[in-house]
Amino acid sequence: MATELRSILATDCGSTTTKAILIEKIDGVYRLIVRGEAPTTVEAPFDDVTKGVLNAVEEVEDLVHLKGDKNRKILRNGKIVVPQKDNLGVDAYVSTSSAGGGLQMMVAGVVKSMTGESAERAALGAGAIVMDVLASNDKRLPHQRIERIRHLRPDMILLSGGIDGGTTKHVAELAEIISAADPKPRLGSGYKLPIIFAGNVEARDFVKENLSHKTDLIITDNIRPVLERENLGPARDKIHDLFMEHVMAQAPGYKKLMTWTIADTGMKKMEQVPIMPTPGAVGNIMKTIAKLENIEVVGVDIGGATTDIFSVFTDEQIFNRTVSANLGLSYSISNVLASTGIDNIMRWVPFEIPEYQLRNMIKNKMIRPTTIPFLMKELILEQAIAKEALRLAFEQHKEFAVTLKGTQKESEIADAFAQTVSGQTIVDMGSLDILVGSGGVLSHAPRRNQAAMMLIDGFLPEGITKLAVDSIFMMPQLGVLSTISEKAATEVFNKDCLIHLGTCVAPKGKYKEGKIALHAKIELPDRVYEEDIKFGEMVLLKLGVGQNAKAKLKPLSGLDLGAGRNTEVNTKLSGGVVGIIIDTRGREIHYDESLNKETMRIHLPSENSERIKALKKWMEALEVYPKNKLD
Amino acid sequence: MAQAYTPGLTISRHIILKKDRILPLKGEVVVKKGDKVSADDIVARTDLPGEVVPINVANKLGIPPGDVPQKMVKQAGDKIEKGEIIASSKMLFGLFHSNVTSPVKGTVENISSITGQVLLREPPIPIEIKAFMDGIVSKVYENEGVEIENKSAYVQGIFGIGGEITGEIKMAVKSPDGILTSDFIDESFQDKIIVGGSIVTLPVIKKAIDVKAKGIIVAGIDDKDLKELLGFDIGVAITGHEDKGITIVLTEGFGPIDMADNTFNLLKDFEGYKASMHGKTQIRAGVMRPEIIIPIPFKEEELKVKEEEATGLKIGSPIRIIREPNFGKICTVSALPEDLAIVQSETKVRILKAKMKDGKEIIIPRANVEAIEE
Repeated sequence: MATELRSILATDCGSTTTKAILIEKIDGVYRLIVRGEAPTTVEAPFDDVTKGVLNAVEEVEDLVHLKGDKNRKILRNGKIVVPQKDNLGVDAYVSTSSAGGGLQMMVAGVVKSMTGESAERAALGAGAIVMDVLASNDKRLPHQRIERIRHLRPDMILLSGGIDGGTTKHVAELAEIISAADPKPRLGSGYKLPIIFAGNVEARDFVKENLSHKTDLIITDNIRPVLERENLGPARDKIHDLFMEHVMAQAPGYKKLMTWTIADTGMKKMEQVPIMPTPGAVGNIMKTIAKLENIEVVGVDIGGATTDIFSVFTDEQIFNRTVSANLGLSYSISNVLASTGIDNIMRWVPFEIPEYQLRNMIKNKMIRPTTIPFLMKELILEQAIAKEALRLAFEQHKEFAVTLKGTQKESEIADAFAQTVSGQTIVDMGSLDILVGSGGVLSHAPRRNQAAMMLIDGFLPEGITKLAVDSIFMMPQLGVLSTISEKAATEVFNKDCLIHLGTCVAPKGKYKEGKIALHAKIELPDRVYEEDIKFGEMVLLKLGVGQNAKAKLKPLSGLDLGAGRNTEVNTKLSGGVVGIIIDTRGREIHYDESLNKETMRIHLPSENSERIKALKKWMEALEVYPKNKLD
Repeated sequence: MAQAYTPGLTISRHIILKKDRILPLKGEVVVKKGDKVSADDIVARTDLPGEVVPINVANKLGIPPGDVPQKMVKQAGDKIEKGEIIASSKMLFGLFHSNVTSPVKGTVENISSITGQVLLREPPIPIEIKAFMDGIVSKVYENEGVEIENKSAYVQGIFGIGGEITGEIKMAVKSPDGILTSDFIDESFQDKIIVGGSIVTLPVIKKAIDVKAKGIIVAGIDDKDLKELLGFDIGVAITGHEDKGITIVLTEGFGPIDMADNTFNLLKDFEGYKASMHGKTQIRAGVMRPEIIIPIPFKEEELKVKEEEATGLKIGSPIRIIREPNFGKICTVSALPEDLAIVQSETKVRILKAKMKDGKEIIIPRANVEAIEE
């Protein structure tokens, strides 16, 4: 038996693509050797996710051979060999998955903005898509709630409500509604729907009486035992367990895959390693970044079907994760168009294109999600859509990542008259240290400058923010790997996964035509850059990975870089494969019709030819696309 | 290099098909193994629980929730008629009665002394499952449904809308690039499945609905027309439940694209045959594509399904290009280079070389082709 892992194979079964990486210990350090990928095979005629896994692993084997190691094998007779013997097999095989459509849940709580939201947070934290939040005060009539449950057919329901020892009436009402709906799961007509009750302990008997004979009822600790505290862990763990047992196991080939994921950790017998939902795994990595560096982080994983946003903010390092179901770049690309509208996508496109052409292109990608852009113009269009998917997902995240609702440290007179008690978002773009991107469109962008521009336009960082990207989209695999070897996960993450793009300098404030926005003096290794930069510019200064530049940055015309309006900031700027990006396009409040609320946006000329001119100027400055392709 | 599986659409003149016909809830299977069934025959049935009607009896009688059970005239499980008294309370020293009557026919499901709610359930809703395609019952899943097996000519579409229908195939255009216009459609298309060519427009679909055609098979549709037909913009491709009076199956995609020759010729050769067709499309999780099934005569011993093989692309494989440029064009694989190549978008990908009909050789990312499976 091995005493430490010599080699690890990790796969991520995405909704579109199955990715496989091989990690080996070389001279005492874990390094990524190769990465292969293949289409995910939940599709007919195979209906078996393991076929895609084997195809991706075969590609890994081929790539290892191409690198010169002709004798290295992982598979024997179509199976992954664990543990490694000489040149055959690996010491661990782990996997994550988001194939199979994900876990779709409904949650219920007494007060929508309190236990309802706590329940939502627990479900999202476990990697679920929350289809609806039922609450006693959601203004729907009982029969409407019943109809909703019957119509949505969730995979699971999380029922919460009431602090321990509090009133049981409203929890009882919700249990009665769920019981009356007699909900059936999506998959398998013979299964009972799993329902987790994580509410007032005093309501347990009543909930049992109403739900235990009709559903697969599981009772766990209250997610909000007292008003001031959330206790999401037990419910989250239970959701995760049930997901593996009830939902993932129903997806084609998963039962087989679950028997494959094992590790030789040097114990007496091989250990099974549970398959982890992809968002949970990426969350692990994001938390690790924040913890190791003690910084505030926003991360994104933009996939084919969903966009997951992760953030760690405040001194307490509060972690939040949201899954924007149906905001993705393949299966749900058409939903990005439906959600944001054609104009919001077109504003990022630096050329004219008839609306019908764009609409048909988007629909064709929806029905054939694994295709990739061959033409430069198609790449530009997909990246324009990606910016909108990122923006919409981030807006949802900001609304969700709030201080705990229902509690207030200090009350003012005005609060006494307030109808609702609402929390404030803890997402502060001004204090954000690093923005990390992952997912196909960001990791596989032909130029890293494109990833940088998508992150900046999608998230609109303010002040001074580092940008990074997952080199080849392997954060999910490293997230699950961290559960068996934090050392291996961290070493590969630092050396092979995280690509530092550079730093974005973006003063916050309103665009003023013709005015100077920033006076910048930046000491680069080969020269000193000293300029007055007007509003509406993007400037790229090359500064390599590991290099730093001393900077004096004086925002003007009422702009703010984090220290206050018109206040100079003396700092160090880190380089990266792209460099330092100065963005003086402003950050101003704008009413967004697609979201029906005010959001931040950059200043874009309203006249079409001027807008195209501005986009081209910025894209040229950042070397995003080849110059001749923009003409 | 490993030969990764390339997804494709099946077009076949003789394929052995198996279709599960499963109830949404357990119920009764009304056919047995070996029975010959026709598409419209019922094979299984069940009752879905009826709708629930909640009544807050405590509020209506003005009593505390805890007193509700004592005031109930009807108990849980009792049958009730519309207008029947379900709860009653005496008021003003017994001089007056306050009653709660049932707004529906059904049964009393639950009486709650905590919330004061009484839940009534309407009678069950019967659900019947049809065979959908002519064939033989090859398997019975007790209380759940059956598997039907047959031999068919078969076309798998790429996207569709509308539920299951059966009808006779009738050609409306002469060639795969023909454009279906309203002039081609008249009363003779009633109950028929119309085969168009490259594209269908909204006015033509409306005309087809007017003449009571059952379905349309066509290569492409403009997204704007689909949006107008449905009244909303499709966000994710989960379809099949649309109730527009017609089922539409696209064989190629969105925009004007010629129908593949072999698809068009197959449909032409089976003109006048009865076909079963649905537009159900689900591209995520348990992928479902729309289908056109044209049952053909068979002997029982023929019903042996070939094992599916993970076929990779080979030199000479027929393929369809599914992304610009050349979207919709059919060609054959002429080379499968191992090394990654950089295409116009600067993306580094695995490619293949393909020979077009005019003999020209082009380079295409492997992800941008679809195998034509026969």
